[in-house]
Amino acid sequence: MTAVTARETAVTSADIRKRGRLVFVATIIILCAWVLAPIYLLAINALSSPEQVNAFPKSFVPGFETDSIAFFMGFAGVARALFNSVLVAGITMALSIGLGAPAGYALSRFDFRGKDAFRIMVLMTRAFPLPLLALPLAVMFIRTGLDDTALGLALVHTTLALPFAVLITFSLFAGIPVELEEAAWTLGCTRLQAFYKVVLPLVLPGIAASAVFAFVISWNEVFAAAVLTIENRTLTAFLLQNINVSPMHLKFAGGAVLVVPALIFIFAVRKYLFAMWGIANR
Amino acid sequence: MAEISIRNVAKQFGDFTALHSVDLTVADQEFMVLLGASGCGKTTLLRIIAGLETPSRGEVWIGGKRVDHLPPRQRGIAMVFQNYAVFPHLTVFENIAFGLRMQKLPRAEVDRRVTRTAELMHIGQLLKRYSGQLSGGQRQRVAVARALAMEPDVILMDEPLSNLDALLRLEMRAELKGVLAESKTTTIYVTHDQVEAMSLADRIAVMDKGRIVQAERPIEVYRNPAARFVGSFIGNPPMNFLPAKKGANGSWRVAGVTFEGPRAEREEIAFAIRPEDLSPSEGGLPAEVRVVEPLGPHVLVTCDVEGHLFRAVLDSDIVLSRGDTVKLAPTPDRIRWFDPETEKSLQHHQ
Repeated sequence: MTAVTARETAVTSADIRKRGRLVFVATIIILCAWVLAPIYLLAINALSSPEQVNAFPKSFVPGFETDSIAFFMGFAGVARALFNSVLVAGITMALSIGLGAPAGYALSRFDFRGKDAFRIMVLMTRAFPLPLLALPLAVMFIRTGLDDTALGLALVHTTLALPFAVLITFSLFAGIPVELEEAAWTLGCTRLQAFYKVVLPLVLPGIAASAVFAFVISWNEVFAAAVLTIENRTLTAFLLQNINVSPMHLKFAGGAVLVVPALIFIFAVRKYLFAMWGIANR
Repeated sequence: MAEISIRNVAKQFGDFTALHSVDLTVADQEFMVLLGASGCGKTTLLRIIAGLETPSRGEVWIGGKRVDHLPPRQRGIAMVFQNYAVFPHLTVFENIAFGLRMQKLPRAEVDRRVTRTAELMHIGQLLKRYSGQLSGGQRQRVAVARALAMEPDVILMDEPLSNLDALLRLEMRAELKGVLAESKTTTIYVTHDQVEAMSLADRIAVMDKGRIVQAERPIEVYRNPAARFVGSFIGNPPMNFLPAKKGANGSWRVAGVTFEGPRAEREEIAFAIRPEDLSPSEGGLPAEVRVVEPLGPHVLVTCDVEGHLFRAVLDSDIVLSRGDTVKLAPTPDRIRWFDPETEKSLQHHQ
């Protein structure tokens, strides 16, 4: 009697566990599909010939035609826009790390008045909607001659990327015990020597990751790029301007060219991004 | 030759005074232990000597040279940290060689010193490993080897054994003592562990609330505490204290028993005796037994003497149980007296 009941209970709980697992797996599939399906469609269409793109029903296997991509890359202005994108993102990356890393180091190592306020202010800069700033910025840039230049746009992108650079490098440096530096000092190092002999090798992978992150922020940014540049458009702004009047297959090709580098970069540094957001990666 | 002299050193962190005007001289090749509870200022003092902290006031002299304005690298010191501070991106070899390379020593000399100190610390077989591949005890050995390889005049150690488990700590303690005695350096060692302090030190400087209360040989500190704090901090179980009322002819009455005591212009002073200096005897202090704990060689008896907690370590032959009354007589030359207000010893000669 009791044995039977026990078996029944066992069966029921196993059943519940099984159902729970089903829900879990289904959720994961939906979440993955949410992200992957658009990327997949983008990839298929970018790699298909114009006929296949416009055909119905759609094939789920790409035609592996590079005509669209080739045509897109050969389209007047694309190469230049791509170059501008890389240039702006490169300057943004250099400025964000150049300014952000020292700030992160200072936050992690020194106690100074207004430290907490500073940290909050750094985050608060992200609370300003860019559209609100764009017009005054455009006016100011025209006055100072920064309008329509890579440097001008990179400055705006730096303000977007800098808070992340500061907070990410802060947590990187905070993760290095101060005793390591102190030990280096007692072993004959100056402050600077201790920094580049002990701290830098330990944080370099993380710094590289946050640099790539800054690069991607700039690469993906479209609003400021569209408002502040006319001749020297970045790829995003260029696409925004031209894509509405382009045929379907070119839209897909342009989208793929934008998405793929960002995806590759983020994938390359995913481990550090997880670490930065406080998710255990070990 | 490296005598360390700390003169009138004080340290303030905002409103908090970590050190009040500390004076201490450590002789060449002496092993000095700074002992105290956490927050007593012992680590701050060590860090001031190392140059990792600047004193608010006072001077630090090492080997006849004033160093308090110098950065750590120019003080001729090496330091061992509580969390080891072994560089994770370098091998054990490179960790030990780190300071030597900073001095730009020739390669052969670096190799020789690294090998020798690694052998000394029994980590010769680990030289190619990284710190992530080492146990806590091995990391500690690397940290000590790294300090010894510098052949410094002074080694500063900040609770180096406190992160090790109990058995390993015992082993490393004996080893450290041997190695440091051989290396002929002056050592300042910070700990909160009185057993560590007693076993390692040539002299113990007991610290309390940012002051050095007593700095003497371990047995002196144990036998003749300069202040009530020292008696209650050192010794396990610690010293017993009872109030003593002034009697006739310079005698003092403690729990109904009369003792010869010091001359003092006070109506009440504190009587003190270590638990192991008591034996059951007629005419002793009347104690009511509360707890009996057999410890093997001895039995620890916790009693009540006129409402005061009183512990005795007695011979294990004795048969006692809760509620018994026992007369505990102190060994006369081990009785100590303390001033209740200044808390200082009443016969200490320093």
